[in-house]
Amino acid sequence: MVTAQIWQWLEAVPDPELPSISITDLGIVRDVREEGDGVVVALTPTYSGCPATAVIEADVTRALHDHGIERVRIERRLAPAWTTDWITPRGRERLHEHGIVPPGATLADGPLVTAIIRCPRCASSKTSEISRFGSTPCKALYRCDDCREPFDYVKPH
Amino acid sequence: MNARVEYVLRLGDSALVLAQRSAAWVAHAPIMEEDVALANVALDLFGQAKLWLEYAAEIEGAGRDADALAFHRDADEYRNVLLVEQPNGNFADTIVRGYFYDAWAELNLNALRASSDERIAAIAAKSVKETAYHLQRSRDWLLRLGDGTELSHERVQLAVDELWRFSGELFIGDEIDAAMNAQGVGSDPATLREQWLESVRAALAAATLTTPEDGWMQRGGKQGRHSEALSYMLAEMQVLPRSHPGALW
Repeated sequence: MVTAQIWQWLEAVPDPELPSISITDLGIVRDVREEGDGVVVALTPTYSGCPATAVIEADVTRALHDHGIERVRIERRLAPAWTTDWITPRGRERLHEHGIVPPGATLADGPLVTAIIRCPRCASSKTSEISRFGSTPCKALYRCDDCREPFDYVKPH
Repeated sequence: MNARVEYVLRLGDSALVLAQRSAAWVAHAPIMEEDVALANVALDLFGQAKLWLEYAAEIEGAGRDADALAFHRDADEYRNVLLVEQPNGNFADTIVRGYFYDAWAELNLNALRASSDERIAAIAAKSVKETAYHLQRSRDWLLRLGDGTELSHERVQLAVDELWRFSGELFIGDEIDAAMNAQGVGSDPATLREQWLESVRAALAAATLTTPEDGWMQRGGKQGRHSEALSYMLAEMQVLPRSHPGALW
C-alpha cells in the first residue's frame, strides 16, 4: 500500500462546511501512515468547537473503506494548532471561485490584522464587515459597498 | 483529589459555564449578527471545555468521560470561577462578563502554552487563537456601549461596577495553583493580575468608563462554593442526560 495513493483518495473528501474544498486543501490532514494491515490518518480540528470534526472523521473512514481499506484509525492531533496558512493555493482558488474570500496570512503575534478584502463578485475593495462571526466559526460576514453583494470571508486563524 | 485533575477541571468548567451562559442568548440577542456571534463564541468555548474535560477525565482515570463530568456533577463539584456563572442580565452585563473573562483567558492561555504538560500546552495553544477573536469582539462592544448613548453608558458602567467583585478570583491562587506552578504545569494566577489590570483600565478609559475602586473580592468558585445561580443553570443544562441516561442522537 502506498500512502501517496491514500492522500490522493483523501483529496476527494470535501469539507462538510466548505464543500468547495477538500480536507487536504484545508490542511487538516496532518499525516497518513501504515499500521499493520491498516492505515492511520492524523487529523487536526480547525476550531476546537467545530461540529464538522466528527463528520470529517466518519467521511475519511468511509472513503477509505470504499477503496477497500478495512482497518482505518483516526488520530486526533492538537499540536501544532491548525492555521489558515495551511490552506493550499488550490484550496484558496476554489474558495474564491465559490464566492468565499480566502484568508490573508496570519501574523506571528496576532492573527487579527486583515488586508484589504475584495468583493469576490466585482473585485471592489470597498467592503465592510457586517459581523466578525458568520455562518461558521471560521468565517466573518462582509458586504460589498459597490455591488451590495454579501459574502463570507475565512478569517486568518 | 489529584491536583492536576483539579487544575484542568477549573479550566474546563469555566469555559463550559461561560459557553452555556452565552448560548442562552441564541434567539434573544439584540440583532441577528449578535445572535450568530454569541453562538460562535459559545461554540468555541464548548470546544475548549471538551478538550479540557476529556483530559481531566483521562488523568482522573475513574472511568468517567467528558460528558459524565459535564452532565453528572452537581454545582458543588464544579470548579469554575464565580464570574462566569453570573446571570446573563442585560446585553451590557453579558459583554462585561465576557470581556473580563476574555482578557484573563488570553493571558492565562498564553502562559499555559509553556506548560511542562504537553497536552495542556497544546490545548492552550489551540484555544488562545480563538480567545483572541473573542477578546477583540468583547472589547469592541465595551467601547461601543461605553462611548455610545447615555443609556448604554449607564448600563455598561453599572455592569462593570456589579461584576468587578468577581474579577479578583481570577488572580487568587490556592494550594492547587501553587502545586501546579511549582511543577511547571500551571500558571501563577497572581502574576497575571498587573497585565490584566493594565489592559482593562486602558479599555475602560477608552470607553469613557470608570474603573471601580478595589474592594472585597468574592471567591470560592474554584473550590466548589458557588452562588445559587449556577445550580439553576446546571439544572437546565443537565436535565436531558439525567432524565434519559445514555440518550443519543
